[in-house]
Amino acid sequence: MSNKKINIIDSSAVPIPIENIDTDQIIPARFLKATSKLNFGENLFRDWRFKSNNEVNNDFILNNPLFNGNILLAGANFGCGSSREHAAWAIKDYGFDVVISSFFADIFKMNALNNNILPIQVNNKLLKYLFDEVFKNPRIKIKIDLPEQILIINDKSIKFDVDNYKKMCLMNGYDDIDYLISKKDLIKDFIKDQ
Amino acid sequence: MSKTLFDKVWDSHIVESIENGPDIFLIDKHFIHEVTSPQAFEELKRKNLKVFDPGKIIATVDHNVPTLNQHLPIKDELSKNQVEKLKLNCLENDIDLFGLGNPNQGIVHVIGPELGITQPGMTIVCGDSHTSTHGAFGAIAFGIGTSQVAQVLASQCLLLNKPKKMRISINGKLNKNVTPKDIILYIISKLGTNGGTGFFVEYSGDVFEKMSMEGRMTICNMSIEMGARGGIIAPDEITFKYLDNREYSPKGDQLKSKIETWNKLKTDKNAIFDQEHSFNASDIYPMLTYGTNPGMGMKYNDKIPNHNNKSDLRSLDYMGFKSGESLIGKKINYVFIGSCTNSRIEDFRLVAKYIENKRKADNVNALVVPGSQKVLNQIKKEGLDNIFTDSGFEIRQPGCSACLGMNEDKIPPGELCVSTSNRNFEGRQGPGSRTILSGPILAAATAIHGKIVDINNE
Ligand code: SF4
Repeated sequence: MSNKKINIIDSSAVPIPIENIDTDQIIPARFLKATSKLNFGENLFRDWRFKSNNEVNNDFILNNPLFNGNILLAGANFGCGSSREHAAWAIKDYGFDVVISSFFADIFKMNALNNNILPIQVNNKLLKYLFDEVFKNPRIKIKIDLPEQILIINDKSIKFDVDNYKKMCLMNGYDDIDYLISKKDLIKDFIKDQ
Repeated sequence: MSKTLFDKVWDSHIVESIENGPDIFLIDKHFIHEVTSPQAFEELKRKNLKVFDPGKIIATVDHNVPTLNQHLPIKDELSKNQVEKLKLNCLENDIDLFGLGNPNQGIVHVIGPELGITQPGMTIVCGDSHTSTHGAFGAIAFGIGTSQVAQVLASQCLLLNKPKKMRISINGKLNKNVTPKDIILYIISKLGTNGGTGFFVEYSGDVFEKMSMEGRMTICNMSIEMGARGGIIAPDEITFKYLDNREYSPKGDQLKSKIETWNKLKTDKNAIFDQEHSFNASDIYPMLTYGTNPGMGMKYNDKIPNHNNKSDLRSLDYMGFKSGESLIGKKINYVFIGSCTNSRIEDFRLVAKYIENKRKADNVNALVVPGSQKVLNQIKKEGLDNIFTDSGFEIRQPGCSACLGMNEDKIPPGELCVSTSNRNFEGRQGPGSRTILSGPILAAATAIHGKIVDINNE
C-alpha cells in the first residue's frame, strides 16, 4: 500500500472521464471472496482493463503507459452502488492516494477517507479543465496540499473542502476506531440511561 | 421545535457531538454477512479489541452461498472459506449466526424484518448498501463499509455527520400493474442516481400509507440507488400488525407500550425538510430500465429517450439499445425473480398469480430465488412452488444469487436478463451480462412470452 499519512502530494494523474462509475466496476463481485484487505489492486477495474478472454484492453486508460501517478481523475458520481470497501482497498492498493471528481457517492467517500484516500470534490468546470489539461499533457503535475486545502495546477491554486476531523485523521494516519474506543465508558453510560 | 421522523430517531442516538465535527452515533442493531465482515474481525484482532456487545449483532450467510444443494459442502473454495470464517468469528465472539441449514437463514434484509428484529425507532447498520430496506419500519438504517463494521463491532458506535432531509410525497390512485418496485424506479428515473446523495429520504403520502410492509421495504431498499443514505417511512398500524407475533418482536403488554412510543415518531406537522418532491400516483406506470444505472428507467412501453452525454451513450452501447427504440417485443432469454428488493412472499404471490396455468416460453430460463428459508417455506405452504414448477420456472434455495452473481448463478455474457433485482450495472449479474430492471409482474410476463410485452394491453 502507498503512504498511510497524507500531507502534500505532487503527481501526474490518470483520467477516467466516465460518469456514475459504480463500485461493481471498480472491483467486480467475483473478487470479493478474500478475507484479507491485500492485493485488491490487481483487479481494480478488472472488466475494463481486461477483455473477456483475459487479454489486456489497450483502449482502457489504465493500460496506457502515458498516464500514471497517484491521483485518479473521474467523472461525476464516482463510487455509487455497493458499499463494498474493497473498492477503496483496490484503489489504494493500486497506488492512488487522491480521487478527484465533481461528485462522490456517500458511502464511497466514507470508505475512501477510512483508507487514507483523499476524495476531492471540484465543480464541473474545474473537473473539465483538469481532464483537458491532463489529456493535453499527461505529465502535468497536480499538487494537492492537504494542510492548506488547496489544489495547484499550472500555478493556479484552488481551495477544496475537507471535513476538519477527517483532515486531522488523514494527516496523522488516525482511525475512527481509536477515537471511539477512547469513548467506551461514555458509550456504556449512554446505553445504560437509554 | 418541530422535528421529522428522521430527526427524532437520529437525535435520540447521539452519545456525544464533537465540536465542529461528527456525532458519536449509537447503533441498536448490527447485521453482518460473510463478504464484508472478515476484514473487520481481523482489524479487531490486530488491535486486540473485543466485540462490544455481541447481543446486538445478527449474522447470516447470503451473498456467495449456492442456491442448489445447500446441505452439501460449498464447492467454491473461496466462498466456503468466507462462510467458514464467519462461523468461526461468530463462535469466537458469541454472535448469533443463521448459517446454511438454519431455518432463519436468508438475505440479511429479508430476515431482519421477517424475524421482527427490525423495529421502529431503531438505528440499524450492515456492511451492505441495501440496509436502507429496514427504514420501512421507521428505523434509521444504512449501509456501511468494512472499516465501519469494525467500528461498530468494537464500540457499537459510528462517527457520523447528520445527513440532510428530503421528503418525497406521492398521492393518488395507482395505475394497473404498478407495483412498489415501479414506484421507486419511477422516483429514481426522475431524481437521478445522485439526486439523493447526502440525504435521508422520508416517503409520505397515501400511496405509502396504504402500502404493505413488503412494498415499503422494496421502496426503502432502492433509496440507495438514487444516492440517498437511506429511506424511512413512519410506522403505523400496518407496521405494528406486521410485527405482532414475530420471533424477536416484543410481545403482549411490552408490545403495547412499545407501540405507544412508536406512535410518537411521526414527523411533526411543521417540521422542515431540506428538500421536498411530490409526484402523482396516476403518472406512474410499470417501469423498465434500459441503461446501466437504475436512473435510466422509463415507462415500460415508452421509447428510450434521447441521450447526448457520453457516459449515457456508452451505457446504451453496452446494452445494445438506441435512443428512440422501444423495448416491447425485445427477445429475452433470462428472467431472474429474487434479491432483497423483490424476494418476499408478496412478490412470489404476484408472480404465481400471473403465471398460473401458463407456461414459460421455451427460450427462457426463469429463476425464482426466495429471500429466505421462511419465504421458501411459505411458498411451499401456499402451494406456489407447484405453480412455479408447472409453469417451467426453476425454484432455488435462498440467497443473493444472480443479483450479483457471486455464486454460480450468473447471466452469460451478452445475454439480456429481466431482473427484479436493484442494479443494472455493467456485468452486475455476471461478466458481460446486460440487465433490465423491472417489477415482479413484468418479469413474470417476460418469462411467459419470451419477450417484453405490452402488459397493460394484453
Ligand atoms: S440481494 Fe443483491 S442487493 Fe440485496 S443484499 Fe444481496 S447482493 Fe446485495
